[in-house]
Amino acid sequence: MSNNNLESEKKMSKKQGEQNSARRTFLLNTARGLGLAALGGLVWSAYVDEVTASQLLLRPPGAIEEEEFLKTCIKCGLCVEHCPFDTLELAKPGDNKPLGTPYFIPREVPCYMCTDIPCVPVCPTNALEEKLVSNDEGELDITKAQMGLAVVDVENCIAFWGIQCDACYRACPLLDEAITLEYSKNERTGKHAFLKPVVHSDACTGCGLCERACVTEKAAIFVLPKEVAQGKVGDHYIKGWDAEDEKRLENAFGEETKTELSERSPMDSLNDMGGLLDE
Amino acid sequence: MSVSRRDFLKSSAAASAAAAVGMSVPSELQARSEQAQSGWRWDKAACRFCGTGCGIMMATKNGRIVAVKGDPAAPVNRGLNCIKGYFNAKIMYGADRLKTPLLRVDDNGNFSKKGQFKPVSWKRAFDEMEVHIKKALKASGPEGVGVFASGQYTVMEGYAAQKMMKGGFRSNAIDPNARHCMASAVVGFYQTFGIDEPAGCYDDIELTDTVVSWGSNMAEMHPILWSRVTDRKLSDPDRVKVINMSTYTHRTSDLADIEIIFTPNTDMAMWNYIAREIVYNHPEAIDWDFVKKYIVFASQPVNMGYGMRRSDEKSVQQGKYDGKEMETLRKEMRKEVSDTEAPALSVFGYKEGDMMENKPAGLKHWEISFEEYKRFLEPYTLDYVARISKGDPDEPLDQFKQKLQTLANLYIEKGRKVVSFWTMGMNQHTRGSWTNTLSYNVHFMLNKQARPGSGAFSLTGQPSACGTAREVGTFAHRLPADMMVKNPKHRKITEDRWKIPNGTLNPVGNQHIMKIHRDIEDGVVKFAWVNVCNAYQDSANAHHWIKAAREMDNFIVTSDGYPGISAKVSDLVLPSAMIYEKWGAYGNAERRTQHWRQQVVPVGDAMSDTWQWVELSKRFTVKDLWGGYTLRNGVKLPDVVGEAKKMGYSEDTTMFDILFANEEARSYKLDQNDPIQRGYDNSEGYGDFRNVVGSDGKVFEGYGFFIHKYLFEEYAWFGRGHGHDLADFDTYHRVRGLKWPVVDGKETQWRFNSKYDPYAKKENYGDFAFYGTLAKALSQGNLTGITDKTKKSLKNKAKIFARPYMDPPEKPDAEYDTWLCTGRVLEHWHSGTMTMRVPELYRAVPEALCYMHPRDAQDKGLKQGGLCWVESRRGKVKARVETRGRNRPPRGLVFVPWFDEKVFINKVCLDATCPMSKQTDFKKCAVKIYQA
Repeated sequence: MSNNNLESEKKMSKKQGEQNSARRTFLLNTARGLGLAALGGLVWSAYVDEVTASQLLLRPPGAIEEEEFLKTCIKCGLCVEHCPFDTLELAKPGDNKPLGTPYFIPREVPCYMCTDIPCVPVCPTNALEEKLVSNDEGELDITKAQMGLAVVDVENCIAFWGIQCDACYRACPLLDEAITLEYSKNERTGKHAFLKPVVHSDACTGCGLCERACVTEKAAIFVLPKEVAQGKVGDHYIKGWDAEDEKRLENAFGEETKTELSERSPMDSLNDMGGLLDE
Repeated sequence: MSVSRRDFLKSSAAASAAAAVGMSVPSELQARSEQAQSGWRWDKAACRFCGTGCGIMMATKNGRIVAVKGDPAAPVNRGLNCIKGYFNAKIMYGADRLKTPLLRVDDNGNFSKKGQFKPVSWKRAFDEMEVHIKKALKASGPEGVGVFASGQYTVMEGYAAQKMMKGGFRSNAIDPNARHCMASAVVGFYQTFGIDEPAGCYDDIELTDTVVSWGSNMAEMHPILWSRVTDRKLSDPDRVKVINMSTYTHRTSDLADIEIIFTPNTDMAMWNYIAREIVYNHPEAIDWDFVKKYIVFASQPVNMGYGMRRSDEKSVQQGKYDGKEMETLRKEMRKEVSDTEAPALSVFGYKEGDMMENKPAGLKHWEISFEEYKRFLEPYTLDYVARISKGDPDEPLDQFKQKLQTLANLYIEKGRKVVSFWTMGMNQHTRGSWTNTLSYNVHFMLNKQARPGSGAFSLTGQPSACGTAREVGTFAHRLPADMMVKNPKHRKITEDRWKIPNGTLNPVGNQHIMKIHRDIEDGVVKFAWVNVCNAYQDSANAHHWIKAAREMDNFIVTSDGYPGISAKVSDLVLPSAMIYEKWGAYGNAERRTQHWRQQVVPVGDAMSDTWQWVELSKRFTVKDLWGGYTLRNGVKLPDVVGEAKKMGYSEDTTMFDILFANEEARSYKLDQNDPIQRGYDNSEGYGDFRNVVGSDGKVFEGYGFFIHKYLFEEYAWFGRGHGHDLADFDTYHRVRGLKWPVVDGKETQWRFNSKYDPYAKKENYGDFAFYGTLAKALSQGNLTGITDKTKKSLKNKAKIFARPYMDPPEKPDAEYDTWLCTGRVLEHWHSGTMTMRVPELYRAVPEALCYMHPRDAQDKGLKQGGLCWVESRRGKVKARVETRGRNRPPRGLVFVPWFDEKVFINKVCLDATCPMSKQTDFKKCAVKIYQA
């Protein structure tokens, strides 16, 4: 009877799931062993490339600043073990990543932003720090996570062609906060509108559900570590139309500026006639 | 594949020589010739997916479709697509495409219900079908042979299926999945206008000031139309208002000025509230000149049940429905009037606590006075309607009232154009036909119907729900061009055109899609064939139908491109050519008919559904099918063998010769000089390079005539001259579709409006003429019944109906405390058989989620992303909890899409239907949710 067929098929896929997870545990333990071995004896400088590469790595939620993270993470793999979606991986030799450290590749498995964030409290060394994923009341709050920032390649994002896509927008767990749609008229057709995704860095956690959902061959929206993805404006100019922006004034100190022209003292400049009288 | 210069010269020359003498060109050679010229070939087609009907261009290279682009010349989409359309080129090449017929056999190779699927020849497949159809006819007569048909059939294959079923087998048990999709809209059109399909067109979007979406997530389900609505909003953001009416927040709310979240089923109450506002508080807004000239008012019985099985039906008697199911099923017979519906039903003589005895009422209705209609509206005060309609328990009542008032004001505002769009929310509804007519009530009173920029407009879900299911009439009760099997004149017109004896056609057309499922469960239907749909995944209360298919003595066949649930529960699976592997035509929601040519030869041994039907017709002769039968209800189908002989047929003439390969058909020539045909494959006409071994065990070498053109032209004959005029076959290959009626080469934008519709003008009745002819003479009465049986003609008039709010048969209670609503997502098409095989779409949305309010999840101890059970009285499924993201239900409601065969939500849904349209209500039943 087909119902039984359907049921048994389900069981089958569950079984496969179990096997996969057994295989995963094995790989995890291997990576863990190697990570510990690396810590124990091998020369760290052998992995310089990996350190460079680590600037592009996405870490679990609550990860402290990368340089500190690399010093603090003991590569125990507990965060990986507690991830219910198999998002997190431990770097293995050949991954060209700091051995044994946890990371994720959103195009493969994004972070599903569990509300109880099981990967963070288990961290024995605070390389993943609860404070960084907690709200003002001290409760865990995954929306505070800053794993990275989604970036849109507007030339290859088909929404910018006028295709009605927005798969990233609908996949976003913080829809209408981290990704909003910008509407504009499609002058070519004269009767359709563009619905373009726009990422907001203040809300985007870098979970990568958007990157995972993107329907282009290589994702046209992808997550980068925030430091890599973002520019930074100086604190000397405040948006006159945005009261919130005043906050940046706290960091404004009116530092002395220096250019090639101004690097010498006025006296030295004045006493140097240079080529002024040449002609 | 590289082509040398020498090969190039050779193949180009061969192709043009072949074209010159009008012989067929083998596909491979043809493909090489084209490649030599440009490397690929572009040709126009229609998108495979929704009812929007976007025009696309397909690129073929080396006999494969390799790319797609939006057709810049297509008026609907002007070169754009949504992401389903974006992947049209990839839907045919899934790794598990069906390539050969598969039959369940035992170890000896004999058919066995308990057997495993093994490949068989096409001949064997047809042998088995022939045997089992004959067995079914012997056991149950024509009512024993059923077809699950489709709103995704091409016009031609739908017509072929209809002709063989009704003309050949004399069975009306052919009904499309479109029954699940827009049957309520059809009853709405028939009852209101006397003719099917919308008055307006998509151009209304650019012309309107107000878009009200009633139970339609246009942003996801009609993305290209939604982008047109968005553009309209951007053009004049202050003037243009968008209102989203829904039972949960979805993406259509993004653009909305007002979002109204209402309790399931109460759309009826809100329509009547708007009507009441007009009649009681803004009588000056009524265009009395219009109403007096063009409108009559009508009433009908209200105790008509909910389209569920009745207690005297066989499977119910046999105890196939358990105690839990019976709790709901019992209401089909009698139901206690609730406090929510009592005020609305008071004018029909019911009060709270009364037992309403339900009985089938058919489509009966009668004329009433305006005063009676006014009396009917009296209960729908803002207080009453807001009390029962407010769908979000966390929204303040005053705010909700304010929104309803604003909504009514927008409709009423003088000079404001309004379009009301709807899709499944209003159609999949146990009072769907009623709700459809309620929309016209409001538009009519304000004279905001059938005018540019104003009108109530039913959006269809499927690409050819209009073009094939409705216009061709692949419904149990229909014949082409709005004719009905029960009408003797219509049967005669059809019989004469089909050159079959008068009396052949069966006058009883009651085996709608749920009835076919139920008849299989009752053991009446013993042969069923699934065509271009997924009847075993798309029908509510699925467990019953799957059990009946697998455990009872019957033979189920599925024709499909891929192994979906329907194929899995079948006895025989036939590999079907997919859309661009055959010549075809679709008709979209704005009456636009669009054709395409066969772009490529099908994969494997797949053959088109048209071919499958035509080959089947070779197996049945006059004496096999046209003897006398007595139907279940006692109606006798006469023996017409004698008549057939008088017409020149013999007892042994096959249905193939009569219905498909007759003299007229053969007059449609294959001709490689014909610019429409030149260079294109025609697998039915010529056969093709695959040399598929066909139904007789020999290589299929083609019918030798242009069968698609024949089928289209014969079908189009029915509508020409009666307001359904289609252009000729060749014209459609030159243009980007035309909106019927096409008169003197011109399409029609607004029907019934004398300025735009030549048929309305011809009536010479004034600015409008509602010239449909169905149910256009009514007895007279009051709200509760007929008082004068004399029928009065309503020529050129339309109707406003007094139809009250009523509860659905199943509402949340203490045990099953949550509403379940099902639907679709943008990324996937229907049951996902195609789109779940496109890697990009699969990755974007790999599984169906259970969308719920975060507080509900918390109260039930469920975790975001964790698994839960969704359980009703009928079944349960496991799904992942989603409290964020695209759909945001209010507390008390969950939404689960149905595309995912692993989250088989139709096992949970209730198979209640609108008793008039027989369309299932997939939008509401009661469930409980708990941790899995």
